[in-house]
Amino acid sequence: MVDLFVIPLLKIVIVLNATLVAVSYLVLLERKVIAWAQSRLGPMRVGPYGILQPIADAVKLMIKEDITPARADKWVFTAAPIISMVPALIVYAVIPFGPVVNLFGRHVSLYIADINVGLLYIVSVASVGVYGIILAGYASNSKFPLLASLRASAQLISYEVAVTLTLVSVILMSGSLSMVSIVRAQESSHLWYAFAQPLAFVIFIIGSLAETNRAPFDMPEAEQELTGGFHTEYSGMRFALFFLAEYANMIVVSSVATTLFLGGWLRPFPNVALLGFLDIVPSWTWFLIKSFFFLYVFIWIRATLPRYRYDQLMRIGWKVLIPMAIANLLVTGILKVVFM
Amino acid sequence: MGEAIAFYVIAACILGFAVLVISTKDTVHSVLFLVLDFLFVAALYVLLGAQFLAAIQILVYAGGIVVLYLFVVMLVNLKRPPEAHADPHRKTMLGFGLAAAVLAELAAVAVYSANVPARPIVEAAAVPVTGNTEVVGWMLYTSYLIPFEIASMLLLVAMIGAIVLAKREL
Repeated sequence: MVDLFVIPLLKIVIVLNATLVAVSYLVLLERKVIAWAQSRLGPMRVGPYGILQPIADAVKLMIKEDITPARADKWVFTAAPIISMVPALIVYAVIPFGPVVNLFGRHVSLYIADINVGLLYIVSVASVGVYGIILAGYASNSKFPLLASLRASAQLISYEVAVTLTLVSVILMSGSLSMVSIVRAQESSHLWYAFAQPLAFVIFIIGSLAETNRAPFDMPEAEQELTGGFHTEYSGMRFALFFLAEYANMIVVSSVATTLFLGGWLRPFPNVALLGFLDIVPSWTWFLIKSFFFLYVFIWIRATLPRYRYDQLMRIGWKVLIPMAIANLLVTGILKVVFM
Repeated sequence: MGEAIAFYVIAACILGFAVLVISTKDTVHSVLFLVLDFLFVAALYVLLGAQFLAAIQILVYAGGIVVLYLFVVMLVNLKRPPEAHADPHRKTMLGFGLAAAVLAELAAVAVYSANVPARPIVEAAAVPVTGNTEVVGWMLYTSYLIPFEIASMLLLVAMIGAIVLAKREL
């Protein structure tokens, strides 16, 4: 009874709350890091060094007036932020934060579910998230959001192909779709897949920047051209849902990159006995450190690179990333057949 | 018991959304109900223990093909009411005819399958792998290799055809 209902429910509650807190502090981190990159201080007023800023933001967004444009498609307008947010949250069900550990005399797995098709589940749930953006643009009944959402959906569909092809290379290496088995395969082959599949790793990072609408691929939110993007007509908490979904997706992408390419919860060099003292650090901490690394890199890239033009974005996606991903997949397959 | 309840709830949702798809006036809403319908079909696959099929159903249909439907619907303006057909009864008769044909076909299949005892498609011992995805892959590349190859050839032909149509000069 406890193992079947109580522990999974507790895990879901913890993961969801941790995600929402992490998302709001990720916003603060982004503002701070970009401020430092530009020789500013960033938020400083609310709490020491601005650490209470996310709470102030949340209160502000909740008490703001909630406006639905008069000629909007009301049902779709209401549903769009929800459709964005839900896929971003339910993906966490299959992300392994750690192995099975002993906790208060019980064997507790540090993941909610280890399903046979874990990676496929992530890809398919993420592919539903694009509806939120398309529908937000359509339902607003306003030209700039519509243009932004058409751009966004074209971008997401294009880069989904390249990203999924790199995932297939990783699946070929590990021989499994389950996230836990992929980490185990990296453990037994003594090799993080970032080193076995460097090209796939790079394509995955570039593709996931585009998939999460991050700079330098943040065309759907190009303020100069589109007055704000697909969520121009949204206000208050509904706008906040889009915002939270974007950052939740960033964390998802970082966790997936950690699991697939950086060995998930494994400590560095798990096969070298000399570094055994590193085992004092709990496994989930390694996972969080590695994910944080990716999040920091994403913010760093945003502070560094200017935005691409739309045709450049499409050219990179279709003429560079997808052919390279296909070539990488072919070579991986051939090597796998030859050597195994 | 629980499984039966889940099945009937899911089946009712599938049918209900299917009716909404064809009865809604707004085309975009109709496409959205189609997405919901596909999601519940995926739920049905999960209930049957076919997780791989469920994930593919969401990835390909709900996440891929219907997005393209939505594009087409949004680009083609369907806001104006359709012109009244010269003979409104003709359409109704055609619809009834098609519906009757489909119903007859379904009934024939149901009667046939009730008379012929279901036999397992594969002997369990013949598949040397475990796990949903592995079994699907194994079956595709052994027993069903030719249909699989034909399907992939069809897709290749469709791709080449699309390129030829899109590009005026090669």
